[in-house]
Amino acid sequence: MADSSVILTPVKMRQTITRIAHEIVERNRDLNDLAIVGIVTRGAVLADRLARELKKIAEVTIATGYLDPTFYRDDFHSRGQEFEAKKTDIPFSVTNKTVLLVDDVLFTGRTINAAIAHLFDLGRPKQVQLAVLIDRGHRELPIRPDYCGKSVPTQYVEKIRVRFKECDGKDIVVSGLTEKIPDLD
Amino acid sequence: MSEKGFTQKRRLLSAADLTIEDVERILNTASAMKEVSTRDVKKIPPLRGKTIINCFLEPSTRTKTSFEIAGKRLSADVINISATGSSLSKGETIKDMARNLSAMKPDLVVVRSQYSGIPLRISEWIDCAVVNAGDGRHEHPTQSLLDLFTIREKKGPLDNLNISIIGDILNSRVARSNIILMKLLGANITLCGPATLLPVCDISCDNNRPAGLVVDRVTNSLKEAVTGADVVMMLRIQTERLNEKKFPNLREYSKLYGLSPETLKLAAKDPLVLHPGPINRGVEISPEVADGPWCVMLDQVTNGVAVRMAVLYLLLGGGSASNA
Repeated sequence: MADSSVILTPVKMRQTITRIAHEIVERNRDLNDLAIVGIVTRGAVLADRLARELKKIAEVTIATGYLDPTFYRDDFHSRGQEFEAKKTDIPFSVTNKTVLLVDDVLFTGRTINAAIAHLFDLGRPKQVQLAVLIDRGHRELPIRPDYCGKSVPTQYVEKIRVRFKECDGKDIVVSGLTEKIPDLD
Repeated sequence: MSEKGFTQKRRLLSAADLTIEDVERILNTASAMKEVSTRDVKKIPPLRGKTIINCFLEPSTRTKTSFEIAGKRLSADVINISATGSSLSKGETIKDMARNLSAMKPDLVVVRSQYSGIPLRISEWIDCAVVNAGDGRHEHPTQSLLDLFTIREKKGPLDNLNISIIGDILNSRVARSNIILMKLLGANITLCGPATLLPVCDISCDNNRPAGLVVDRVTNSLKEAVTGADVVMMLRIQTERLNEKKFPNLREYSKLYGLSPETLKLAAKDPLVLHPGPINRGVEISPEVADGPWCVMLDQVTNGVAVRMAVLYLLLGGGSASNA
């Protein structure tokens, strides 16, 4: 297997996000009821992108917040110290809202499970939908996305790297056994 | 995290147990923890099933409540012990009490004592993690961390910030921990107080001195200390630890070392006034300053819960996520 292979090029990535936004508009009759909550770090960037797309398509400004599910993880005691919790910043009530939870990669489902537990400590949403850019499989919990940019069959040990211009300097999604990101410029 | 990291040692007994990375990690985690206290449901699950014993052998309102709330907000089971209500009042030794508590398999013990060094000794007698919540005149590391958190929140990084610590330095465990951590983060520290309350034997301005605490300036003049200060930290006169007269009377102390709005005008623009509490209103700090816009005492108390949540969380193994 090569060091890494490109799953989404910058152009394809933009098109995919636009397509997800259209699907959100089609499925949700009243967008004023909708709120977007991105899971930090890259789910938050994707949430911002989707909010911008929705504004372009449907001319509505959707309330957007960010959530870090670290404190709700079920594997809290078995892991090391390599990750630092970020701030949860949801400046609106989620009660009675349709909350669109957004993450970059869906893998075992444990992050989403923790995020939903966190969300319900903040209020009682009317409905929770899930949007992800990449679904790489290997689910350990009964969780499935409502909107999915691309399903990618992967090996368990493989890494999926989603990179956004806003935090990484470039838009790209790659898979492989290493951290290496190919240079497309 | 380095080998010296406090999480590896499973204890926080002194500010000297912390590296810069530890401090950054604690303050960043506290930032995330602070949001929990603003919710309707002020509880998160990471320490569910963990047992924390608050062993407070000296009276305390703020610190004891703060640790108790911090543990409970993390879903831990928190048990409080005080000297008067425990078998210590029947003559049991601290060692026997500690070993018995250890036999009940707690995950962490928070120790407050009027005697310096008791948390260290207890940490040698028991198996679980230990946090020093203030020991005699020695140290109070979590108070220092919440001070750093409050300063960073209001003023940004501590690099080259002018911080003056004023008052009863001799008896202040808060000052000791703060000197260690504030110097570690690059602040310029001035100590000020009457000569009788400045411990010249273990504080100096000489970087080459092998032992003791190093500061940038020591003065007996309040005006000199306040001039140009970004942060003024007032210390409580600890009458309970003054076993001999160190100054003629509180009225004279207040006149020479009490912080008034007029003196505060000498400080840098928008100074912060900190006080670890409880205050002797009108002695080390005037009511106008204590209730004025500069004083961040209540922010310190609020931040104390977040910082202690962060310390408990990190000591009991927290902090990770995966690409899931």
